Amino acid sequence: MNPALAIDVRGLTKSFGGTKVVDGLDMQVARGEIYGFLGPNGSGKTTTIRLICGLLTPDGGEGSCLGHDVRSESEAIKRETGYMTQRFSLYEDLSIRENLEFVASIYGIAKPKHAVKETLEKLNLADRSHQLAGNLSGGWKQRLALAAAIMHKPKLLLLDEPTAGVDPKARREFWDEIHVLAAEGLTVLVSTHYMDEAERCHKICYLAYGKLLARGTVDEVIEQSGLRALKASPTLEDVFVHLMRDVTDNFARRKAG
Amino acid sequence: MSARFSLRRLGAMIRKEFIQMRRDRLTFAMMLGVPVMQLILFGYAINADPKHLPAAIHAQDHSAFARSFVKGMENSDYFRFVATAESEAEADELIRSGKVQFVLHIPPQFSRDIERGLRPQILLDADATDPAATGNAAASIQFLAASVLARDLKGPLAAQGAPSPVDVVIHRRYNAEGRTELNIVPGLIGVILTMTMIIFTALAMTRETERGTMENLLTMPVRPIEVMMGKILPYIIIGYVQTAVVLAAAWWLFEVPFAGSLGLLAFVLFFFVAANLAVGFTFSTLARNQLQAVQMTIFFFLPSILLSGFMFPFRGMPEWAQWLGEALPLTHFLRITRGILLKENGFPEIAPDLAAILAFLLVVSLVSLNRYRQTLD
Ligand SMILES: Nc1ncnc2c1ncn2[C@@H]1O[C@H](COP(=O)(O)OP(=O)(O)OP(=O)(O)O)[C@@H](O)[C@H]1O
Ligand SMILES: [Mg+2]
Repeated sequence: MNPALAIDVRGLTKSFGGTKVVDGLDMQVARGEIYGFLGPNGSGKTTTIRLICGLLTPDGGEGSCLGHDVRSESEAIKRETGYMTQRFSLYEDLSIRENLEFVASIYGIAKPKHAVKETLEKLNLADRSHQLAGNLSGGWKQRLALAAAIMHKPKLLLLDEPTAGVDPKARREFWDEIHVLAAEGLTVLVSTHYMDEAERCHKICYLAYGKLLARGTVDEVIEQSGLRALKASPTLEDVFVHLMRDVTDNFARRKAG
Repeated sequence: MSARFSLRRLGAMIRKEFIQMRRDRLTFAMMLGVPVMQLILFGYAINADPKHLPAAIHAQDHSAFARSFVKGMENSDYFRFVATAESEAEADELIRSGKVQFVLHIPPQFSRDIERGLRPQILLDADATDPAATGNAAASIQFLAASVLARDLKGPLAAQGAPSPVDVVIHRRYNAEGRTELNIVPGLIGVILTMTMIIFTALAMTRETERGTMENLLTMPVRPIEVMMGKILPYIIIGYVQTAVVLAAAWWLFEVPFAGSLGLLAFVLFFFVAANLAVGFTFSTLARNQLQAVQMTIFFFLPSILLSGFMFPFRGMPEWAQWLGEALPLTHFLRITRGILLKENGFPEIAPDLAAILAFLLVVSLVSLNRYRQTLD
C-alpha cells in the first residue's frame, strides 16, 4: 500500500444481472490531485465511485481508499470521504441550513452550528440559508450538495457529475472552488462529460464498457492516442471519439464472432 | 469507530423527521384528521339507536296479557310487528331471511301461568348480526315486561317490589357475544394505530429510497439502528397523540366511560405502536416505491381488522383463523384495551397479551434490521 495514494484499487470488478459493469479496473489517484473521470453514459463511472467509497461491494479485485480496505473498512472510508452523488440526494423539504445541520450532526462534528455557519459563508450560501433545498435552482443545489460533502473536512472528495445542468458561469465558479479545496490538500475525484472541465484536472482517465481505455495528463492522453500523426492539434474530444470507434468495433466483432 | 450507538446521530435523525413531518401538511393533517374522522363515522354508528325494527309474533296464547305485552312493545317505538308466525319453523324462516329482526314467542298458557305467579318465559329471538342495531331494542323489553303487565295485574302479584311477572329470555342469534357499542372505541384505537403507524413508517423509508436521499444517508456514518429508531420514535409520539384524541373525543362526544387505568394503557401503547412501526419499517426495506409500501400495508391491515376480533367475535372464527389472529398484534391489543377500559383489568390480567406483543416486536425488529442494507448492492 502506497501512502502517497488516496485511491489505489486493482482488478475491481462488479456485475449487475450478469453484465460486467466494471471490468478489472485499476486506478491510482495521488493525494492532493484533481482526477477527472470521463466516459460515455453507462460506462460505469458512478458504479466505480460507489465501489471506491464502500457503497457497493466489489465482486472481484481489491483496493484501498485513504489507506482503508474498500471491502471491510467502509465505515472508516465514509468518515473521511465526502461524496456528492450524481442525483441530488439531500432533503428537498429541508432548508439549506437544516440540511447542513443534519449532516453536521450525523458526522458528529464538534461545533455543528459553527461549522454550518462557516460552510455557508465559504460557499456564499448564507443569504439563502432559510430557503428550502427543493426550491433552489440547479447551480445553487449543486453548491449546497458540495457544502454538505465538505463540511466534515474530508480528505477525499468524490464528485459525480457535479456540474450537470449548471450554467457556464456557475460551472466556472464551481471549478474555482474545487481548485481552492485541492490547494488546501483535498484529493478530488470528479466525473464529468465536459471537455473543458477535463482540461482543468491534473490527471484524467477514460472509461468505456467498464474498462479503462486511457489515463494520464490531458497531454499524455492525446499523445498516446497517436492522433497527432493523423491530424493537426487534435482535441480531447477527437481522442475520445476515436477511442470509442475502436471499442465499438471490437464489441461488434466480438458479438458477431 | 462509529460502531457504537450515538445518541447525537439518533437525535439528528429524529429532528429531521419532525421537520419533514411538519412540512408535509397533508400527511400531518391526516395523522390527526384520520382518528377524528373515523371516530365520528364509527361514533355515529355507535350512537345509532334504531327504532321501529321489524318483528314477528309467534303466539300460542291470545289472552289479554299477551295482547298488552305486544301493544307495550309497539308503544316503546323499538318494535314494529309486521308478521305473524304460525309455527316455530315459520318463525325461524322469517328471522333467517332477514324479513324481521325479532320474533316474540308467547308460550301456551301464558296468562294462566302469570295469574298463578309461575313467571312464564317469554322468548325474544334477536338477529344480533349487528349488535348495535338490536342492543337497545332488546334491552328495552326487560323494562316493558314489568311495567306493561303491572297495569293488568291485581292482588299480590302487582305489589311493589314483586318480581317481574314474566321471565324474558333474549336469544341473540348469529352473534353470541352480543357485543355492546362500548367495544368499538377501544378497538378503534388499535385499528387507527395499526393503519396510520404502519403506513407512515413504510412511506417514510421508501420516500428516502425513491427521492434518492437514501444514497446520501448511506454515504454517511450512520448506523442502521439509528436510522430505524430515528424513523420510529417520532411516530410513537404521534401514536400517543392519536390515542389521546380518540379517547378525548369518545369521552366528550359520545360519553364513553373509561373504567380502568389510563397509565397502564399508555404503557402498553408504547409497545403496540413500536410493533406496528417495526412492521412498517420492514415493509419499507422490501418495497421499491411508495405504492408498493401502501399495498403491503393494506395486505397487513385487512387481516388485522378481520381476524383480530374487531369486526367479528374472535371466538366465532374457525380455529385456523384464530391462529392467524393470535399472530397479529392488534388481536392482543384489543384484548388489552377492552380489558383495561371496560373490565378494569390490571397488569396480571393483561400480561400474557403484552408478552405476545413484545415477542412480535422482537421478531419483526430483528427481521427489519437484518433486511436493512448499508450498501446499495
Ligand atoms: N443497481 C444497479 N442494478 C443494475 N444495473 C445497474 C445498477 N447500477 C448501475 N447499473 C448499470 O450499470 C451500468 C453502468 O452504470 P453507471 O451508473 O455506473 O454508469 P455511468 O458511467 O455513471 O453513466 P452516466 O454517465 O450516465 O452517469 C449501466 O448500464 C447501468 O444501467
Ligand atoms: Mg453516473
